[in-house]
Amino acid sequence: MIRQLFAAALLLSTSATAWAETRIEFWHAMGGRLGEVVNEIAQNFNASQDEVELTPVFKGTYEETLTAGIAAFRAGEQPHILQVFDAGAATIIGARGAVVPVEDLLKEAGAGFDINDYISGVRYFYADSSGKMIGMPFNSSAPIMYYNKAALEKAGVEPPKTWEEFEQIAPKLKEAGYVALAQSHLPWIFTENFMSRHNLQFATNNNGYDGAADTRLLVNNDALKNHFRKLLEWQEKGWFQFYGAAWADNQTPFEQEKVAIWLGSSGSFGGLSQSVDFEFGADYLPYWQSVIEEGKQTFIGGAALFAMSGKSEAENRAVASFFEYLTSPEVQYLWHRETGYVPITQAAYELAREDGHYERVPAAEVGIKQLNLPAGEWTKGYRMGFYVQIRDVMNREYGKIFSGQTTVDDAFETIEEEGNKLLDRFARTAS
Amino acid sequence: MKRVTFGHSWLPYFFVLPQIAIVVVFFYWPAGEAVRSSFFLEDPFGFGSTFVGLDNYAAALTQAEYQRVARFTVWFTLLVTFFSLAIALVLAVKADEILRGAKTYRTLLMWVYAVAPPVAGLLGILLFDQHVGPLVDVAAWFGWQMRVGVNYWDTAFAMVVVSVWKQIPVNFIFFLSGLQGIPHSVREAAVIDCKSGLRRFWTVTFPLLAPTGFFLLIINITYALFDTFGVIDLMTKNEPANNPVTLVYKVFLDGFRGNDLGGSSAQSVILMVLVFILTVVQFRLIERRVHYT
Repeated sequence: MIRQLFAAALLLSTSATAWAETRIEFWHAMGGRLGEVVNEIAQNFNASQDEVELTPVFKGTYEETLTAGIAAFRAGEQPHILQVFDAGAATIIGARGAVVPVEDLLKEAGAGFDINDYISGVRYFYADSSGKMIGMPFNSSAPIMYYNKAALEKAGVEPPKTWEEFEQIAPKLKEAGYVALAQSHLPWIFTENFMSRHNLQFATNNNGYDGAADTRLLVNNDALKNHFRKLLEWQEKGWFQFYGAAWADNQTPFEQEKVAIWLGSSGSFGGLSQSVDFEFGADYLPYWQSVIEEGKQTFIGGAALFAMSGKSEAENRAVASFFEYLTSPEVQYLWHRETGYVPITQAAYELAREDGHYERVPAAEVGIKQLNLPAGEWTKGYRMGFYVQIRDVMNREYGKIFSGQTTVDDAFETIEEEGNKLLDRFARTAS
Repeated sequence: MKRVTFGHSWLPYFFVLPQIAIVVVFFYWPAGEAVRSSFFLEDPFGFGSTFVGLDNYAAALTQAEYQRVARFTVWFTLLVTFFSLAIALVLAVKADEILRGAKTYRTLLMWVYAVAPPVAGLLGILLFDQHVGPLVDVAAWFGWQMRVGVNYWDTAFAMVVVSVWKQIPVNFIFFLSGLQGIPHSVREAAVIDCKSGLRRFWTVTFPLLAPTGFFLLIINITYALFDTFGVIDLMTKNEPANNPVTLVYKVFLDGFRGNDLGGSSAQSVILMVLVFILTVVQFRLIERRVHYT
């Protein structure tokens, strides 16, 4: 008996050494409520098995997280998983050898991978030009329209599907005492997604996917310029108000019930539900019927998880097992329900539907439905280097437009000129 | 008097070695590295870099935005330096005249010094916030629709106010101790010679304050150029957009936000040269006019 026990203990101890925990680190940019959910997922993952110990580390904003990851990589101290946002995708994907493509990682770990398991809107944004998925879409969002139900009722109007309809209802909203429209991110909502919603080409070289050399921005077009001319006109009429480039500055007046319609992220849903006590609804991002008969799907915003290279095989396997866990329908549904970010797999979407989530909160489905709208030639995404600076140039010029420091024509000329210079510079770094 | 001499000539070098090592490791080495990478265009992850000669410098100097940032930096530095010195000097002179309750008054003026820069920036944001800022309401009474974060000049105004406010206590402390260092006999003699308090101040007190003033001038220019970083960072809320920023903040934006290491390095080298020139000018031209007693 004692001998048997002893043998069992010995067996246990050897197996414990053989299955020693692999520790992996995950750097992310999810603050506030989002960070709490990330920690919860990590805890659940660690509790679900005893081979891998995952430590999530909050590194600040998206920009700060990417810079921290780059600095760590150069020092040979990179984390196993780095969260990189849409605008930084070209930087990390362009640096060949910085990451292990998620598709390879999962296949090598025997986890199985089929890109068609993912919802169509998220499949190719973080893929290379051949369609191989490099980064695992994590917090995927779409720019959608939120509206204050009471405000629209008071004005006796319906939420607009198109900008033409918006022009019809805006005077009534103004009469009811509201600023009709505000938005929180001009480059994302009114440039990048304006292009995909209207199926317009955003940049040469297949929106930049076919290589950095000689990629040119194509924003200096009439459809986009007319949109900004309209915004300027609406601002003068008191239908639209620009509260600066900072996200919260534009969300606050909606929460204070000064603004009736606010364009934000589907990922804003969780926070908004907590911060306001009025009823709000959500719908697709409006489009111009004069430009396109039926609006197309939008790009995903948010960020993806990248497996950094230079790690041992065991560590890569550990990362793969976390990715597998993360994409399981239950975890995706939890993430979706708690944050408002879209579930990235069809299975998770179906689970949410079966569970009756969208009957309880119809607004939560808008983002994913928008990403599942019919695709067009130019809706899969874009890939441009130094894109953070290009966005900064856009933000600066748009700010000048709305404070009367420049004209729409000059602004877009400057954006193309400075943007193309940045693209050239980036092409020269990737030699 | 007996002079102390050391037998070994290496001993003093040994004692200053830690200091020199720190300067070399934390200043000369990074500065050299900045100069080197300013001639390259580099992939952020460090996989490849291309030698581009002076392209990074040309790209920075010909950029319209860089020129606008440079112009703003000059105005910002002049305004912040002037107002933080002038207001502190007035307060110090008045505090110096007070006999009753002097300590309380001084403490009240000095306590802002204890506010950490990020906290000052946060207070600034709250005071000037478009939606809830009390100072915005005050401005509205005067018919000024202040829109910090939207209007370039309004944002610049807010940045100057917060930066000046943060710096006044430091200047106040130095001016006050400078004033108290002026001998009583000199002041009394001046009172006999001249009735006008203002004239006495400009002809007697002010020149005697010159060493303090010169020291503070350098400190304040450095403050406005570099240490206002935190205030600007907080007030732009992570979105530079159409907001005014200073040259040093632009170095940060391009390097740490945009990962353009070559461009950012070139800008920091330009800044190094500017500071070098400024230092020479200050010590050659201005210090000559300062008399130390």
